[in-house]
Amino acid sequence: MTAIRTPAGPLRVGAVAYDPKVVTIWEGFVPYFAAHGAAIDYVLFSNYDAQVAASLSGEIDVAWNSPLAWVKSQLDSRKGCRAIAMRDSDRDLTSKIVVRRDSGFMSLGDLKGKTIAVGASDSPQATLIPLLLLAEAGVVPGEQCHVLYHNVMVGKHGDHVGGERDAARALAAGKVDAACLLDGNYTVFINEGTLDPGTTRILASTAHFDHCNFTVRADLMRERWQPFVETLLGMSFEDPEVRALMELEGLKRWLPARTTGYGQLERAVERFRFYARTISKSTDRS
Amino acid sequence: MPEQSPKAQIDLEDLAIHEGTPVLLRRALAGLTAGELLEVRADSSDFFEALGAWCREEGHCYVGSSGPNCYRIEKGAGTAPVVAPGNHVAESADPNWGLAPRGGKIERGGPKFAFTLCQKRDVWAQELASIYKQAAANQWSAARDIPWSSLPKLPAELEAALAQIMTFLTENEFAALYVPARFIPRIHPHYREVVEVLAVQVADEARHAEAFTWRAEAGGIGLGTTANSGQLSLQTLLEEPDFTTAAFLLCVMGEGTFLTLLTFLEQFAPDPVTATLARLAHRDEARHVAFGMEHLRYVLEREPERRSSLAAAVERRSRMLASVSGLSPYVSDALMILAGGGVAPQQVRAGARQVFLLHREMDAARRDRLHGLGFDSFQATRLSAHHTRNFM
Repeated sequence: MTAIRTPAGPLRVGAVAYDPKVVTIWEGFVPYFAAHGAAIDYVLFSNYDAQVAASLSGEIDVAWNSPLAWVKSQLDSRKGCRAIAMRDSDRDLTSKIVVRRDSGFMSLGDLKGKTIAVGASDSPQATLIPLLLLAEAGVVPGEQCHVLYHNVMVGKHGDHVGGERDAARALAAGKVDAACLLDGNYTVFINEGTLDPGTTRILASTAHFDHCNFTVRADLMRERWQPFVETLLGMSFEDPEVRALMELEGLKRWLPARTTGYGQLERAVERFRFYARTISKSTDRS
Repeated sequence: MPEQSPKAQIDLEDLAIHEGTPVLLRRALAGLTAGELLEVRADSSDFFEALGAWCREEGHCYVGSSGPNCYRIEKGAGTAPVVAPGNHVAESADPNWGLAPRGGKIERGGPKFAFTLCQKRDVWAQELASIYKQAAANQWSAARDIPWSSLPKLPAELEAALAQIMTFLTENEFAALYVPARFIPRIHPHYREVVEVLAVQVADEARHAEAFTWRAEAGGIGLGTTANSGQLSLQTLLEEPDFTTAAFLLCVMGEGTFLTLLTFLEQFAPDPVTATLARLAHRDEARHVAFGMEHLRYVLEREPERRSSLAAAVERRSRMLASVSGLSPYVSDALMILAGGGVAPQQVRAGARQVFLLHREMDAARRDRLHGLGFDSFQATRLSAHHTRNFM
């Protein structure tokens, strides 16, 4: 067990580099936090597993975690972590199981024996949570239906929307019977032309779930992370200095974290023994 | 606490979320302040499914259903603050205004662009609108507006002289294309009239280069030789880092000198194609010279002391080119053969006389322009004499 370092110097915030914009965002945040008396530095990781390990070993103080990275952090630390902040856009998401409008499917049960397109195998929103919805409706993935994964950038937990977009394309092309998409991305795919308007419909919707949060180890002193959270919550979308960064990060307002929105993902991880099996990289395009 | 009642209602009928409902939702929400409620009636089957995600993306709060096909949205904070710098041409342009057209509103907090010419006095000129209007109205086409079918078969020595002159012109047109092109991306779009004038200038030079090359090839001889002396002279022009100095060297001194050359070529052109080309190119170059003169006037009215730095630039260029013998023999000989009409001794004598007069006329025109910019006679004579012997 690595010793937890004595907190000193700027707060070290970890983030996963799923897109070049991540550098722009954090390079912009560093001077903003410094100017508000909450000095930070950022550390980039190529995948969430590495970030979770660095978070639990004390190499970083705060981890900007995907929901799956939060669940893993809690599993690996035996619930020894604390969520401290999240975006307004991280709350109350739903995923949709989308079918072609002219298909005869009326309920999830109709998908028995059919092929379901999903995103990357580690995407909570485009794979794990909607597959749980199917499983709990009695259509067990891999047993009662086929699952076609679109493994783009596995390790980044679906942040890179590429796999999900490929799932939508597979539906449009008639290669699959249904596709699992995040509600917001379903709209995006129609607006950008990946899906023709009016050619698809929502067959089922998951319950609300939450997405990313900033995670710290529960034993990290509050004084260490409190200035970071206060500065974060004080950020205004009307402040031109940070508005562009908030747009890049996809939020209008930072909120205190809540951990009530991760139940479906926890059930999915357990049900699919997600961390007990090896993620197949054989079809990874990244 | 009593339940808040909606501030506004909207009925979307059966419009689906992908059929433009955001247009109507945004318009309805625009009249509300943060925290106020909008009640939405919508009969589309997928509407409820999509409304939550839409609200999340837009920063509003989906409150819930308030009856059959009736939903409530709480308007969120986060309206973009905008600035409106107005339609007047500002003395200084903020790099954050970016590519926004002058006169419009701009969201604050935009990216900072790397425009380096952000002061009006860096780039501005009077008469920009009229120069641009003329430029746009007088665009011509090398394919359409030149009487290529009237090109006669010329004596070989005349055709070779013309081909060499066309080669020289093309080199110079390229230089005159690259110089403004290098500066366009540095100029703040707030000063769009300058960018527009320079953009047409670039297009003019591209057309000239094309047309002069065609003329060299049309006579059957093809392109002549490019001399190092000419290249060295043009290279110093391309490397000038300051916009005003570059405009002075290129538009006033260089293209100004070229006006006299183009008149000379039209006068001695042995065929209608060359004459038409020279005339049309002269019309374009006159506009480029007009821009240069207007820009220099604008700058010198405000910073008269810049005359000395402009003079220094001409002299610096002259010193750098001191080792160069002057106009290359390829070009000089070709001009004499053209003006004399052939290579017989009497023709060459007549041609040499005309080229001597050409140089004198170029010098006089340069001195006139320098006077027009407020240089005294002594400075004007000195600077004109220092101007590159390569014309551009």
